[in-house]
Amino acid sequence: MQSALTLLSWGPEGWLDDIFYGAYITVSLALATLPLGLLIGFFVALAKNSEEPTLRLAGNIYTTIFRGLPELLTLFLIYFGAQTGIQSLVKLIRPDAMIEVNSFVSGMVALGVVLSSYASEVFLSAFRAIPRGQYEGGYSIGLSGFQTMRLVVLPQLIRIALPGLANLWLVLLLNTALVSAIGLSDILRQAGIAARVTREPFLFFGLATLIYLGLAVISSIGVRQVERAVGRSEGTR
Amino acid sequence: MTLATTADDAMPVPKARAWTRERVAGTMLLGLWAAVFAALAAYLVAAWNPELFSRWAPAYLSGLGTTMLLVVISTLLGAILSVPVAWGRMAKNPVARFLAYCWVYFFRGTPLLAQTFLIYYGAGSFSGWLQEHGLWFFFREAWNCAILAFTLNTSAYQAEILRGAIQSVPKGQWEGAASLGLHTVQTLRKVIMPQALIVALRPYGNEVVLMIKSSAVVALITVPDLMGQTRLAFSRSFDFQTYIWAALIYLAVVEALRHGVDWIERRITRHLKR
Repeated sequence: MQSALTLLSWGPEGWLDDIFYGAYITVSLALATLPLGLLIGFFVALAKNSEEPTLRLAGNIYTTIFRGLPELLTLFLIYFGAQTGIQSLVKLIRPDAMIEVNSFVSGMVALGVVLSSYASEVFLSAFRAIPRGQYEGGYSIGLSGFQTMRLVVLPQLIRIALPGLANLWLVLLLNTALVSAIGLSDILRQAGIAARVTREPFLFFGLATLIYLGLAVISSIGVRQVERAVGRSEGTR
Repeated sequence: MTLATTADDAMPVPKARAWTRERVAGTMLLGLWAAVFAALAAYLVAAWNPELFSRWAPAYLSGLGTTMLLVVISTLLGAILSVPVAWGRMAKNPVARFLAYCWVYFFRGTPLLAQTFLIYYGAGSFSGWLQEHGLWFFFREAWNCAILAFTLNTSAYQAEILRGAIQSVPKGQWEGAASLGLHTVQTLRKVIMPQALIVALRPYGNEVVLMIKSSAVVALITVPDLMGQTRLAFSRSFDFQTYIWAALIYLAVVEALRHGVDWIERRITRHLKR
C-alpha cells in the first residue's frame, strides 16, 4: 500500500492534480451559474413586485415550483428531460442518432433556476425596503422608468440585497456537489474515483470536504471585501 | 353642486382595467404556464401505462415513507444535538464557543452530499477498527449512515436557529425573571422559550422543508427513498414520466408543509395581532 503522501502528490503517481481539476470544474460551474441565476431571479422579482396581478401570479408559480423541488430532482429532470426531448425531436430526422446532453450545461441550467427562485425572494424583499418616494423622486426630475430603475433604485437594491445574495452564493457552491451525480468531473466525483482506485475512501472524501470548506472560507473573505467596498460607497454618498 | 353629480360621486362606475404593457406581458406569461401544464398533463395522459403504474406505485409510496422517516428521525435527533451546540455558541467559555463555532461552520460550509459520502464510504477505511469495537454493524448500513450524516448536518443549522431565537428575546426578560428569583432553567423554560419558539417556528419549518429536499441525496448511497425508487424505476423503464411523478409528489409534500407552518404561525400569534 502506498503512503498517503504519495497518493496526495501532484502528477501521475498521486491524485492531487485530478482533484484540483475537479475543484476547477466546481468553481467554474458556480461562477457560470451565478450571473444566470441572478439575472433570472431579478426579472422574476420584478414580476412579483409588479402591481399587475397576472405578472405576480406568473412569478409566484415559478418560485413555488423551483423552490419546492429537491435540487437533485431538478437536475435529473433537466438532464434526462432535455436528453429525452431532444432525442425524440432528432429521431424525426435521423432515427439512428444518439444524443448526449452536456452535463455542464445541464448543471448550469438546473442550479441556475434553483438559484434564481431563491434570489427572486431576496430581491423582492429588497424592493420592498425601498420607499416609494425614491421612484417618485426619480420621475419628478424627469427620468424615465428604465433610468429610475438603473440610476436610483438598483444601486440601493444591490446594497440591501447583498447579504442575502452572499448567502445564496455559499448555497450554490455547496449545491454544485450534486452535479457529480450526472457525471460531471467535479471535486466529489474525482475524489470518488480516487477513493475507488486506491481504496482510501476516508482520505479522499475527507480531502474533498476540506476543499469545499476552503472554498467557503475564501468566499466569506471575498464577500467581506465586497461588503466593505459597497459600505464605503454608502459612507461617501 | 347639483343632486345628480353627488349621486355620480357616490356610485362611481368601475373603470375597465386598461391593457397596459405589464398586463399583456403577465397574461402572456400565464398563458405560457398554462401551456406548460397542459402539455405536461397531455404527456402524462398519453404516456399512461397501467403496468408501469401498478409495478411502481407501491414502491413510490414506500419510498415516500422512507423519506419521511429519515427526515423525522434526523430532525428530532438533530434538535436534541442542537441544544449543546447552541449553548456552546452562547457560552462565556471561549473554548466551548470556539468548538461550537467550528461545528456549525464545518457542517454548514461543506455539501451534505460530501458529508454523507465521507461517513458512508469513509467508514470503509476504518472497517478493521470498527469491527474490533463492534461498531461495524452500524456503519455497514447506508440507512444508518444517512441518519448520522443528516442528524449532524441539521444539528448545526438548528443550533443557529435556536441561538437566533433565544437572542431575539430582550435582555429585560432575563432580568425580570431573575428579579422574581427564577433560576436559569426555570427562566428558560417558563419565560424565554415560549417567546423564542414563536420566532423560531418559521425557520424550523424552512429547515424541515430543506431536509425533505436534501434527503433526495441519500438515493446516491443506495437508500431506497422516494428519489431512490424513482431512479430505479427510470433505469428499468427508461420512461421519463417516472421523474415527473416524483416531482409532483415532492411538490405536494413541500407545499402542504409550507401551508401547515403558515397555519400554525397564524394560530400561535393570534394574541399579538390587533
